[in-house]
Amino acid sequence: MITRRSLLQSAAAAAAFAAGAARAETPGVTDTEIKIGQTMPYSGPASAYGVIGRTEAAYFKMINEQGGVNGRRIDFVSLDDGYSPPRTVEQARRLVEDEKVAFLFNTLGTAPNLAIRQYLNDNKVPQLFVSTGASVFSDPAHFPWTIGYNPNYQTEARIYGKHILATRPDGRIAVLFQNDGFGKEYLIGLKDALGDRAGAMIVKEASYETSEPTIDSQVVSLQGSGADILVIAATPKFAAQAIRKSYDLGWSGVRYLSNVSPSVATVLKPAGLEKSKGLITAYYGKDPTDARWKDDPGMKQWQAFCDKYLSHAEFVDANAAYAFSAAGTMLQTLKQCGADLSRDNVMKQAAGIRDLELPLLLPGMRIATSPTNFSPIRQMQLATFDGQSWQLFGELSTG
Amino acid sequence: MSRVAQPGTILRLAVLAAALAFPFAASGYHLYQGAQVLIFAIALLGLNLLTGVNGQISLGHGAFFAIGGYGAAILTAKLGVPYLLAVPLASLVCFGAGFLFGFPALRFGGLYLALATFALAVATPQILAYKGFDFLTGGSSGVSLAKPHAPFALPLTTDQWLYCLCLLCAAVLYWAARNLVESRVGRALVALRDQPIAAEAMGVNAALYKTTCFGVSALYAGVAGALSALAVGFVSPESFGLSLSLSFLVGIVVGGLGSLGGVLFGALFIEFVPNLADQLSVTFGESAKALPGAIYGGLLILAMAVMPGGVAGALEAAMRRVSRKK
Repeated sequence: MITRRSLLQSAAAAAAFAAGAARAETPGVTDTEIKIGQTMPYSGPASAYGVIGRTEAAYFKMINEQGGVNGRRIDFVSLDDGYSPPRTVEQARRLVEDEKVAFLFNTLGTAPNLAIRQYLNDNKVPQLFVSTGASVFSDPAHFPWTIGYNPNYQTEARIYGKHILATRPDGRIAVLFQNDGFGKEYLIGLKDALGDRAGAMIVKEASYETSEPTIDSQVVSLQGSGADILVIAATPKFAAQAIRKSYDLGWSGVRYLSNVSPSVATVLKPAGLEKSKGLITAYYGKDPTDARWKDDPGMKQWQAFCDKYLSHAEFVDANAAYAFSAAGTMLQTLKQCGADLSRDNVMKQAAGIRDLELPLLLPGMRIATSPTNFSPIRQMQLATFDGQSWQLFGELSTG
Repeated sequence: MSRVAQPGTILRLAVLAAALAFPFAASGYHLYQGAQVLIFAIALLGLNLLTGVNGQISLGHGAFFAIGGYGAAILTAKLGVPYLLAVPLASLVCFGAGFLFGFPALRFGGLYLALATFALAVATPQILAYKGFDFLTGGSSGVSLAKPHAPFALPLTTDQWLYCLCLLCAAVLYWAARNLVESRVGRALVALRDQPIAAEAMGVNAALYKTTCFGVSALYAGVAGALSALAVGFVSPESFGLSLSLSFLVGIVVGGLGSLGGVLFGALFIEFVPNLADQLSVTFGESAKALPGAIYGGLLILAMAVMPGGVAGALEAAMRRVSRKK
């Protein structure tokens, strides 16, 4: 009897819930507050990214101290998922069903975001500005409630492809790539930019697994192909190996380096600064460790924010700088929403950002989205390494 | 004797009654958590049969969990097999894999076996991402599954149905494990753990019993993995990392090594304590968000210091004290 009664009760509750939803009251929004959810790997193998969630929490704290957005303060709930998709699902459901957040923002990781994408789209909960470079999250036709953020790997590779076509239209290209989503998207973007010339220009492809101790043999075989352009789509450790080995083999052509590995301290120094001369990469943000931005107003804003809410460790951390821009984009979306914070309108405004400039993006760079463009950052600028630091050159390029 | 056994029986019935009432009282999110607990409990049952009862240490049960999960995902999403059929099929594959792995395991004892299975856990995520299997595994972007709906037009939501399915599997597998342990086979497995030479002298076929035990244990992990894939709706290499295998070991030790009922507490521990650690870390201030791992470790040490025999051991001691007072 008890079970039957509680069954009826839960049916009644479901009916009441449906009626409530019909009145279009947005969960997580009151007259004084808006609740935003997030999952973030504070523990586990990817915990280095946890700084992104901490920086964003500090950013919203700053906004609240300044009076909030349109009179509402931001209640930011960021939960640990340990970079494990089953836990991401659990935490996302907790945020939506228990904490009753209005939407999710900058949830981190390709696999964790893939795991919750269907659930959030089924329930029409916005999954805003996901923190991953995978291009699959910019698919408004199939997943209208999910919007990307990071310039994706295809965008970046297309920029290199365009540069190659403009400077060395008869070049022979060798590609070294990591055998996973990152490396493969890179290859797709590069071929996309080269168009029908791709088959003729790319003379050799070699992949590696992250479990391999060294990639010397791949570099040797790429060198042997007679290519004069090397594209290195590698994570830091392997990028350093490839830079050193190609130099030691006497590589005379141009070398492009993916922007996951441009760090002077962790990649170029181990490879050898002399051996890194002439590398080309692409940037979209200002590097806080680069002296050229010392007197830049945007960098001063970041410095002041870190001094007050974080520390010097975050100031020089590229992930924290990234979070500062992501949170700025979120703030702009909320400002655009005005008084209407329904999930429909939040999604509409996230897909309606016009030419937003942010303190830590390169001068002239603008964030833009539209109902058919769910990739907010599409511009980057090329930079070359002079033996000491990266020197930006040329115009902003759109991939 | 039967009177002494009664408190245990009452406890078991109470747990079952609570588990049956749960889906009609809880929200979808709590049902998902409940299903996760039951899934972990099934995997822990399997590991406890192997490690607790038979004495073979495995640090690699996450690998069998992964085979079950990917098996169910590939069967339903790529080959169109009904999910109710995919669960037993995937777990049979796991039985085969576990049985075969049991052969080399025969040559390893103690720490050496732990290392061999550890290697299995380390290798699994990379094998799953290997490009040669992309057409099946989806590489690093994994496989998405459709949410299973309740069959026969049962008036249950997907969450309620998944929870009930997990509960049914857990109850059947618990009953099977209990019967196994209390049978002749179970006594042979215990004998092989405690006195291997004497057991063999008594005519126990060590190779057969140990490999079969490995296979059955892997089958349990496979059922758990397949159910997990259905509940989460997604599998990827990141879902089955090394930490999963280690958390299983934590689960059986916290629950009580060799205790089948204890796995429920072990499962509760590995499901809820990481979240608890995350929440506790907030109380240390915003900058302490990096702490959940450390707090989890602290809580684990505390649990082992207070209950060296696991929760099952602590409960047993408490019951003994109560019956002595009578």
